[in-house]
Amino acid sequence: MSTPAPSAFLELRDLRIHFPTEDGLVKSVDGLSFKLERGKTLGIVGESGSGKSVTSLGILGLHKGGRAKISGEIWLDGEELVGASQDHVRTLRGKKMAMIFQDPLSSMHPFYTVGQQIIEAYRIHHDVSKAVARKHAIDMLGRVGIPQPDKRVDSYPHEFSGGMRQRAMIAMALSCDPELLIADEPTTALDVTVQAQILDLMLDLQREFNSALIVITHDLGVVAELSDDILVMYGGKCIEYGTAEDIFYRPEHPYTWGLLGSMPRLDREPTDRLMPIKGTPPSLINVPSGCAFNPRCPYAGRTAGKATTEVPQLLETEGGHLVRCHLPREERRGIWENEIKPMLEGQ
Amino acid sequence: MVAFIVRRVIAAVLMLVIVSVATFAIFFLIPRALGQTPEGMASRYVGRDATPEAIQGAVKRLHLDDPLIVQYGRFAKGIVAGQDYSLGPRKAECPAPCFGFSFNNNQPVWPTLLDRLPATMSLALGAAVVWLVAGVSIGVISALKRGTAVDRAAMTVALAGVSLPIYFTGLVSLSVFAYTLGIFPGGGSYTGLTEDPVMWFQALVLPWVTLAFLYAALYARLTRAGMLETMGEDYIRTARAKGLKERTVVTKHALRATLTPILTIFGLDLGLLLGGAVLTESTFSIPGIGKLVIDAIRGNDLPVVLGVTLFAAFFIVLANLIVDILYAVVDPRVRLS
Ligand SMILES: Nc1ncnc2c1ncn2[C@@H]1O[C@H](COP(=O)(O)OP(=O)(O)OP(=O)(O)O)[C@@H](O)[C@H]1O
Ligand code: SF4
Ligand SMILES: [Mg+2]
Repeated sequence: MSTPAPSAFLELRDLRIHFPTEDGLVKSVDGLSFKLERGKTLGIVGESGSGKSVTSLGILGLHKGGRAKISGEIWLDGEELVGASQDHVRTLRGKKMAMIFQDPLSSMHPFYTVGQQIIEAYRIHHDVSKAVARKHAIDMLGRVGIPQPDKRVDSYPHEFSGGMRQRAMIAMALSCDPELLIADEPTTALDVTVQAQILDLMLDLQREFNSALIVITHDLGVVAELSDDILVMYGGKCIEYGTAEDIFYRPEHPYTWGLLGSMPRLDREPTDRLMPIKGTPPSLINVPSGCAFNPRCPYAGRTAGKATTEVPQLLETEGGHLVRCHLPREERRGIWENEIKPMLEGQ
Repeated sequence: MVAFIVRRVIAAVLMLVIVSVATFAIFFLIPRALGQTPEGMASRYVGRDATPEAIQGAVKRLHLDDPLIVQYGRFAKGIVAGQDYSLGPRKAECPAPCFGFSFNNNQPVWPTLLDRLPATMSLALGAAVVWLVAGVSIGVISALKRGTAVDRAAMTVALAGVSLPIYFTGLVSLSVFAYTLGIFPGGGSYTGLTEDPVMWFQALVLPWVTLAFLYAALYARLTRAGMLETMGEDYIRTARAKGLKERTVVTKHALRATLTPILTIFGLDLGLLLGGAVLTESTFSIPGIGKLVIDAIRGNDLPVVLGVTLFAAFFIVLANLIVDILYAVVDPRVRLS
């Protein structure tokens, strides 16, 4: 049924995750494909509700079991996971692939100490005594920069500050040296200085373990320094994909321009954003016909009506840089060079 | 932790004082406020047909003409230190805790309560074991098999369980299993555990099941709802993301969080029942505290009603205390506040 195993470490092929609900079918992820090698970092960017978390949960096989409909292929190190048995995927979780969750307070069990939770994670995949696992947990806490780890190992999550909890969450995810690490909004809840520390920490750890890293965020600023490649999601689909240079210096999709324009900057008030994207994210049940972005797109009128009638394809524009937009390539580049870029730089 | 426990114990003692004041007020202050005279109160001790002299004597002996504060002080002192009554020609000693004497048979209230306690305890504790095990297991299974036939069947039975009153289920079970099939003895056959353990057990099976059916239904619904909520929590997803087996996720992570609030409710329910399972005891004629208080209310036996009320309040406050302390042991977040 499936095509031969790919050579990439992680490859998604046309992944779809749909949730049947009373209101209709929610197409949270709708035809997503990408590749990621060991030692590389992919940033996934998009507004709230664009399907980032569902994608990462889908890779781990945690997308709410029976009710969700999943199709497509997920290849991890030569193994296909969508068709694999639940129990097999379970044995890969934690060790082969691990996840740092969006909200560390609600993502850690309130009744167990941080140490107990790391020890548990370690002992699932390592047949060692509690004492050995405890040493390892203290070790991990020290490595993610928690002071006095031999004391804090016995603290409960609610006794940690937000930044400490995020570090503890990272320590837990990294306790089994996962080969694929997915970080879902690892810094959203933190203030800017702590944000930078956590991002540095993740990069260091990634280099040390040579793992593949996916960083999910709605903030392009976060992925700017971290990522080799960036995937921009909109309404469950990839609308632009390229290297970090492609996305920051040669973006071709109107939505990416909007994200760049609404990027918070240290030298500006958060409310004073240059070019916020107007309107609200699309419904994932009644997706706008044609290009899902058309109700909010300032350039929809320039596509001779195709924007509302025909779904644009994700096409290569140059050297692996993919864009999903009806505007002709030359026109997109023209708009970027002559309208958007001067505006972003002029500020 | 020690400071926490000390604080809770002090709060519990204060609570008991407040309850005793409130109870005293209900039984003595409100009748007076409604126009009852000390003589009217006294007539209930010596009988309605007594001569005015006898009634006056009773007022004096019982100090019913004292200010209410003084009366409360004497009442409280009796509970703590005991007191002596002079009932007509004879003097009656009433050692602590003294709740006075029954109007109807002149027996001291406290020993009567103690005498009735084993039956109530047998009933309540036995039923508690049954309903806790049955209710929680059914709730967990229902939640895990949400939407299936098993879930629907269990929840239909549970709905029946919470809707049907005990005297109905009790009488039906008596008429079927005792009077028609003859498997279990009928009402009024309670025997003390030390007297005849086999009979004790046989006589309690139907009351246990009847009482437990109601509570098990309640607990199944609570557990199911709690379990469904917990299974959707982020930390359950984290537990799965670690690669834990689903069985461990359910038992170690989900159940632990679900059972904590249920533990609270369980403690309170049990405390409430230890103060008398009124409906079950009357339906099956079990000579427990619930039966005692029903009979006392029918017979206008004020000291007994007062004694049972305080006794029941004591159990509830005690259960509250134990639950609070247990909760702090189980949920580390509680210790902070
Ligand atoms: N179990 C589910 N059932 C139905 N719909 C779901 C379910 N899980 C997610 N969705 C929907 O899928 C969409 C994508 O959700 P997702 O959590 O992936 O967004 P996100 O990009 O991570 O957003 P955020 O930045 O807010 O975290 C949302 O509209 C959400 O309502
Ligand atoms: S296809 Fe049209 S509506 Fe969609 S992004 Fe491109 S220009 Fe805008
Ligand atoms: Mg998310």
